[in-house]
Amino acid sequence: MEGASVAELLEVRDLVKHFPVTRGVAFRRTVGHVRAVDGVSFSLRAGETLGVVGESGCGKSTLAQVLMRLEPPTSGTALFEGEPMFSLRGAALRRWRRDMQIVLQDPYTSLNPRMTVGDIVGEPFEIHPEVAPRGSRAGRVRELLDVVGLNPEHLNRYPHQFSGGQRQRIGIARALALRPKVIVCDEPVSALDVSIQAQVMNLLAELQGEFGLAYIFIAHDLSVVRHLSDRVAVMYLGKIVEIGTEEEIYRHPTHPYTQALLSAVPVADPALRGRRDVIRLTGDVPSPVDPPSGCRFRTRCWKARDVCATDEPALVTRVGNHPSACHFAEERHVVP
Amino acid sequence: MTDQVAALVAERPRGLFGDAWHALRRRPLFWVSVSLILLVLLMAAFPGLFSSGDPNAADLSRSRGAPSSAAWFGYDNQGYDIYTRVVHGARASIVVGLLATAGVVLVGATIGMLAGFYGGWLDAVVSRIADVFVGVPFVLGAIVILTTLNAGGDAGPVRIVAQVVLSISVLSWPVAMRIMRSTAIAAKQQDYVKAARALGASSGRIIGKHMLPNCVAPVLVYSTIALGAFIGAEATLSYLGIGLRQPVVSWGVMINSAKDYLRVAPHALLFPAGFLTATVLAFVMLGDAVREALDPKLR
Repeated sequence: MEGASVAELLEVRDLVKHFPVTRGVAFRRTVGHVRAVDGVSFSLRAGETLGVVGESGCGKSTLAQVLMRLEPPTSGTALFEGEPMFSLRGAALRRWRRDMQIVLQDPYTSLNPRMTVGDIVGEPFEIHPEVAPRGSRAGRVRELLDVVGLNPEHLNRYPHQFSGGQRQRIGIARALALRPKVIVCDEPVSALDVSIQAQVMNLLAELQGEFGLAYIFIAHDLSVVRHLSDRVAVMYLGKIVEIGTEEEIYRHPTHPYTQALLSAVPVADPALRGRRDVIRLTGDVPSPVDPPSGCRFRTRCWKARDVCATDEPALVTRVGNHPSACHFAEERHVVP
Repeated sequence: MTDQVAALVAERPRGLFGDAWHALRRRPLFWVSVSLILLVLLMAAFPGLFSSGDPNAADLSRSRGAPSSAAWFGYDNQGYDIYTRVVHGARASIVVGLLATAGVVLVGATIGMLAGFYGGWLDAVVSRIADVFVGVPFVLGAIVILTTLNAGGDAGPVRIVAQVVLSISVLSWPVAMRIMRSTAIAAKQQDYVKAARALGASSGRIIGKHMLPNCVAPVLVYSTIALGAFIGAEATLSYLGIGLRQPVVSWGVMINSAKDYLRVAPHALLFPAGFLTATVLAFVMLGDAVREALDPKLR
């Protein structure tokens, strides 16, 4: 037990983030809560990639914001190298920020349009002057630009002079500057063209090997995270419904939602296309203000029975060897 | 096509203000307003360049004299040379406009930035206070403030100008505050602010490095338009007899003293009013041009 907790770089337990829904101008009253993240637990080892997959509005980005301490959690704990990270303050919080960084989704809004690339990538050193002495900063910035595949001579250019893929590389260089142990990638490629997506994904994979980074890689598409992830967590309406290794999730999915997501991944080989079994989900994602009772997926599930409306399925191992939050979990080969 | 080639060849770093300048350079309206403003500023700084006369030399024998080659704009009821006084009056009008604009923008923008950035109760309190000031009609508020301040009687020129600047600033800061507050709220939610917070940047750094440079444009545009409006406001207050007054010479003071003799000496009103209108118009046109140049969507 002692040895296991050392190996875990990040350990998140029962993380909850509710946003109050208020009404009224002068006298605000809370009329409900958006349950964006509702009891999420997972762990992350050093150098590992955890993929987090789910539809829009399932709480993936909120999870990223809470983990980065941009939003305070409603409840729950997270241990970073064994230290509770939600209670960090002052100098300890600043020190911790060096270990955990984020790459944001939209490369067009994540870079300050009034700062040059050199200033953007050099800002981490100005905020944490102890990382690089003043004289060495320009060299470090050039080095970082080179590492992410940009021309270091473009130091004095402004973000609007770069393409989307290049801008995302600038964002990656900024996240890399402080040599973090974990980088949260909040859909880093979903705003990019498909051809550029592959380049950025490959860059992230290279950097992981070079710097021993751990990634929490958020995406809305199972196919994007597959070749980078060691483990994958599937989220639905603020909860993890299934979590396992890449092999377990892609080859042996047991939750109906994971199976439906997998069946939606396009298959490149036309000969295989007819053989896959397409699951079409009906209906919309229910509102996170008023989620369904029992299992949250039951309103769209073809397996739903009475028990699903009354008992919430726990995220435990039922079949195979990875946990799945479904009363009727069973393996189904979706992708040929 | 040649433009594109030229742009590719001359690819040097250029910020958004550089782009704005590039767009402004081609607008005739911008050059017209800038030359008018420069002319008025020159008048305000060096009236001697335009007129060698004494603005306070009155000669009743010349009272209400028509424009002539000796006195281009004629003489007013007191026998003052209107051309000399128009030239010398530019200073008071410009000084009031500039100081009032500086006061309104500094106070309003600072409060607006803090309210927008921190939100919460600070924002609620400041916004309600601003609502109160906006609710007071400008002229009524100015009359109350200026008559209260003037209860003592005679005052020197510096004090008179300070009182007018103060009353304009007190009544107008909520406009700049609201503009800054709404842009600050929008900028606060930008991803680059999130990234800076994730890096551990302090609030001061986020405001100074990330928010301010991205929020100044709307206030800057407002300030050019406000400068014109405040020159007009000074004239309004002076016309009502509560703003600038003797011994200060301003266009508003001149309009005030000419109003009673409008039918016998219309030129005494026409010339200061013409300069006032042209100056206000120039600032408003400049503000329009700057706004269009700074707004990438209109380009």
